[in-house]
Amino acid sequence: MSDISQTAPLQHKPQPDPAGPAVAAMLEELEEGSSLWKDAWARLRKNKLALTSLFIFVAIVLFCVVGPWLSPHDSQSQDLFVGAEGPSAKHWFGTDTLGRDLLVRVMEGGRISLLVGLVATTVSLMIGVIFGAVAGYMGGRVDAAMMRFVDLLYALPFTIFVILLMVAFGRSLWLMFVAIGCVEWLTMARIVRSGVIGLKKQEFVEAAVSLGYSHTRIITRHLIPNVLGPVIVISTLTVPAVMLLEAFLSFLGLGVQPPFASWGVLINEGQQNMEIFPWLLIFPAFFFALTLFCLNFLGDGLRDALDPKSAKD
Amino acid sequence: MLKFVAGRLLQGILVLLAIYAVTFFLVAATPGSPFSSERAIRPEILAQIEAFYGYDKPVFERFMTSLGNALNGEFGPSAVYANRTVTDIIAESFPVSLKLGALSLLVAMTLGIPAGIVAAVKRNTWLDYVPMSAAMVGICLPTFVMGPMLALVFGIILKMLPVAGWFGPEFWILPAATLGLVYAAYFARLTRGGMLEMLNQDWVRTARAKGVKETTIIWRHCLKGGLMPAVTFMGPALAGIISGSFVVETIFQVPGLGQWFVRGALNRDDFLILGLTVLFATLIVVMNLIVDIVQVALNPRLKYE
Amino acid sequence: MALLEVEDLATHFHTREGVVRAVDGVSFSIDKGETLGIVGESGSGKSVTCYSLMRLIPEPPGRIERGVARFDGQDLLQMGKSDLRHIRGDRISMIFQDPMTSLNPYLRISTQLIEAQQTHRDIDTKSALFKAIEALEEVGIPDAANRVKSYPHEFSGGMRQRVMIAMALINEPDLLIADEPTTALDVTVQAQILDIIKQRQERLGTAVILVTHDLGVVAGNCDKVNVMYAGQIVETGTASQVFYEAKHAYTRSLQKTIPSLQEKGQELYTIPGLPPDLSKPINGCAFHPRCPFPKTGHKGTERPSLKDVGDGHCFADCGFCDSSGSIEDVLAKGDLADTALPGEGAEA
Repeated sequence: MSDISQTAPLQHKPQPDPAGPAVAAMLEELEEGSSLWKDAWARLRKNKLALTSLFIFVAIVLFCVVGPWLSPHDSQSQDLFVGAEGPSAKHWFGTDTLGRDLLVRVMEGGRISLLVGLVATTVSLMIGVIFGAVAGYMGGRVDAAMMRFVDLLYALPFTIFVILLMVAFGRSLWLMFVAIGCVEWLTMARIVRSGVIGLKKQEFVEAAVSLGYSHTRIITRHLIPNVLGPVIVISTLTVPAVMLLEAFLSFLGLGVQPPFASWGVLINEGQQNMEIFPWLLIFPAFFFALTLFCLNFLGDGLRDALDPKSAKD
Repeated sequence: MLKFVAGRLLQGILVLLAIYAVTFFLVAATPGSPFSSERAIRPEILAQIEAFYGYDKPVFERFMTSLGNALNGEFGPSAVYANRTVTDIIAESFPVSLKLGALSLLVAMTLGIPAGIVAAVKRNTWLDYVPMSAAMVGICLPTFVMGPMLALVFGIILKMLPVAGWFGPEFWILPAATLGLVYAAYFARLTRGGMLEMLNQDWVRTARAKGVKETTIIWRHCLKGGLMPAVTFMGPALAGIISGSFVVETIFQVPGLGQWFVRGALNRDDFLILGLTVLFATLIVVMNLIVDIVQVALNPRLKYE
Repeated sequence: MALLEVEDLATHFHTREGVVRAVDGVSFSIDKGETLGIVGESGSGKSVTCYSLMRLIPEPPGRIERGVARFDGQDLLQMGKSDLRHIRGDRISMIFQDPMTSLNPYLRISTQLIEAQQTHRDIDTKSALFKAIEALEEVGIPDAANRVKSYPHEFSGGMRQRVMIAMALINEPDLLIADEPTTALDVTVQAQILDIIKQRQERLGTAVILVTHDLGVVAGNCDKVNVMYAGQIVETGTASQVFYEAKHAYTRSLQKTIPSLQEKGQELYTIPGLPPDLSKPINGCAFHPRCPFPKTGHKGTERPSLKDVGDGHCFADCGFCDSSGSIEDVLAKGDLADTALPGEGAEA
C-alpha cells in the first residue's frame, strides 16, 4: 500500500506541461520522505512480539550501559577467599571463581558484545550499501562481475578467515570489529543491489536523470533513501549475527582478551565449571540468548512493517 | 551439463589455490615465527630450528615449496607437536570429524526439512507456530550456549548421556544434536519459505483447477522448487558445521580436527593451520559443486541456460 | 435446464483495511454449449466471480459469503472438498490469464497433461500420453509428438496458452471458464487463441464463460454478455442487445473506449476517475461519480437492481441520470464527469 501512495502523485496528477520546475518540485517532495515511515510505524505498533522485543532490548542496553555505575562492586576486584559463590543478597548473580561480582561482569561483558554488534554492523553496512548500490546502478558487466565476486565469497569458509586474521594480527578489539564487518556485508550488498535495480526503472529516477542530476546525487538522494527499509531490516538482523561471531571467537579464546570480557568469554568460563557453579553459565547465556532473540524478532517485525508485500498474512 | 560441471570444477580449483595463497601469506605475514614463544630459547638454536622448518628462505620460495608439497598431500610437520606431521594428524582425526559432521547434517536435514514442509502446508496453525518458534529458539541459541545447556540437562542433571569423550554411539548423541539442531532450525525456516513461495504460484492454482489432490500438489508440484533454498543452504550449512565443530569438539572433548584447528590457531602452528584450512576449504568447495549440480538437476530452467 | 445457475453470489475479502466486497450479489445462468461473456474493468469482480465458482478463492482472506451455484443440480458452493475435486478439471475446467506462470516450470508438458487425465480417468500412462499428443495437435502445436516432452519455458506465450487450452479440454468438460485468456498475449496471437477456443467448443459442445475487459472480444465471440461494475452486474443480455442497444451509462462509456469503433482522428476516450473503493459502503449507483450523463436528482441510497427492458435485456437503472441523449453529444458538451468527481468518494 505504502509504495502506491508514494508513486501515486506521479501517476495521477495531471501534468499538462512536464516542465523542469514541476518535476523538480515533485522530486523534492519525494526526497522529503513520505507516509511510508508512518505506515510502517503503525504496522510495527500492532506487532506485539516485535514491540516487546524492542522494549526488552532497550532495557538490556540500559542495563549494560548504566548498570556498572550503579553497582557497589567493580568487575576487577577479586576476592579469592570468597571464590565462586551462588547468588546472594550481596552478589545478586553470585561471584566467579576469582570472587568477582558476576552481575557487573555480565553488564560490562554486555557493553563489549553490544559495542561489537554496533561497530561491526556499521562497517558491514557501509561496505554492503556502497558495493550493492554501485553494482546495481552501474548494471551490465560491472554488476555481473561484482555479484559473481559476492557469490564466490558466500561459498567460502569466512569464519576460518576471521580466525586467521585474529591469529595473524593479534587479538585487538578494533581489528576484530573490522574483520567481522568485512565478512558480514554480503547479504546487505545483495539486498541493496536488487532494490536499486528495481528503482532504477521507475519514473522518478528517469526524471532525475533527465534533469541532469549527478550520479552521486541520484544515488545518495534518490536510490539509497528508497532502499532504506530493507537496509534497516538487514542491519537489525546483522547485529545478532556479528554478536554471534564475536562470542564464537571469544569462546574459543581468539576474541576479546582479559581483562576485558564479552558475553562469549563469560559463557566459556561458565561452561568450564558448569557442573559445580552452573550460575556462571546460566546468567551470561541467558542475557546473550535474550538479546539475540529480541534482535531477531525485531528484525522480522521490521521486515513485515517496512515490506508489507512479504508480510505473512 | 558436462561443460557446466567442468567449468565449476575449474572454478573450484582456482578458488582453492587462491585460498591456499591467501592463508599462506596471511600466516607468513604474522610477526615472529611459531617457535618464538615466551620460553627463552638461545638465538642460535632458534635459528637452527627455523632453518630446519625452512623459515630462513624468502617467503615466495617457501610458498612454492609448500604448494608443491601440498599438491603431493604433504602439509609438513606440526611446528608445535613434535614428531607428528600434519598429514598424520588429519589421518587420525578426520574420521572422527567426518562422522560428527555427517551425523549433524543428517540431524539438521531430517528434522528441519520435514518440519518446514509441514509448517508451510499447515500455515497459521499450531503445526506452523510450534516448530517455527522452536526454530527461532534454535537460531538464537548458538552452539556454545546450546552445547553446555544440553550437557547440563541430559548429562549432569538427568545423567542420561555422557558429556565428554568419543568412545561409542552414546557419546555421539550430544555433540551431533548440538551441532545439528541449530542448522535444523535454518533448514526448517528456509524450507517453509521455499514451500510457501511454491504454494502461492499460479501453477498451483492451475493444478487445483485440474482437480489434483492437495498431497499430490505438494509432492509433485511444489517439492522440487520448495527444496531449492534448503539445497542452496547446504554449502553454508557445511561451512557452519565445520566452524561449529571447533566449539562442539572443545565442549564435548571430541578428538576431531576442530580441536586441532583451535589449538593450532592459539599456538601459531603455521603448518597445521594451513593444512586444515585447505582441507576445510576443499570440503566446502566440493559441497558447493554438489549443490550446483543438484540445483541444475532439480530446476529444468537452469539446465536450459 | 441451465447447465449452471448462479444466484446472489457474494465473495468478500477480509483484509486489514476492512471488508472488500469484491463480488456482491451476482446472478446469471449459462446453458449447454453456450458462450457467456463477462466484461468489466480490472477490479470489477469478474475474475473473483469465476474463482468463486471453482472455489479457488484463497481463504482466508477471501470468503464466499452467500449465494448458490447450481451445476447440474449440485451446489458448487456447498459441495464437499472431494466431490469438488471430481468436478474440477473433469466437468468444469479453467484457463488463466498468464500462460507464462500457469504451467508448472518444473514439470514436462507431458507430465502435466497426463496428470490432468489420470486424476479423473483410469487410464494407463501410454494411452494418456498418446491422447496428450492428440490434444496438442488439435490446438495447433506443430511437431506435438516431440514437443510434448518439453518444459514450459521452451514454449512461447501463445504456445503455452494453447497447451493450457489443450489441458483444460482434455477431459471434455461441460464448462470451460476462461479468465482473460488473451490479455497477456500479443495482439496477433489473441485472435488465434480465441479461434481455437471457439473451434474446440464447437467440436466438443462445451459451454464457455469468457472473462475479459475487452468489449470487442465479447461482441464477436459470445452469445450472452454480463457487464460488471464494482462487484455487481449492471447490464446483461444477448451480445447484440448489450452491444448495439446498450442502456447502462457504464456500458456506453465502455464502448466509447474501444479504439476501432471510434472515428479516425478523434481523441481516444478514457472513462475519467477510478472505480469505487469496495471496502467502503456504496450508496446509490456505483458508477454515479464517473457518469457522463446529466444528473436529474440525488443518487439515492440503494444500489439499483437489474430491470428487464425486454427480451431478457436487463440493466441496473438508477433513474437519476438522463441517459436518453447520445453519449457523443454528452461528451461533446464538456467534461461533466470531471466536475462530478471531487467529494464523491471515488478516489482510492
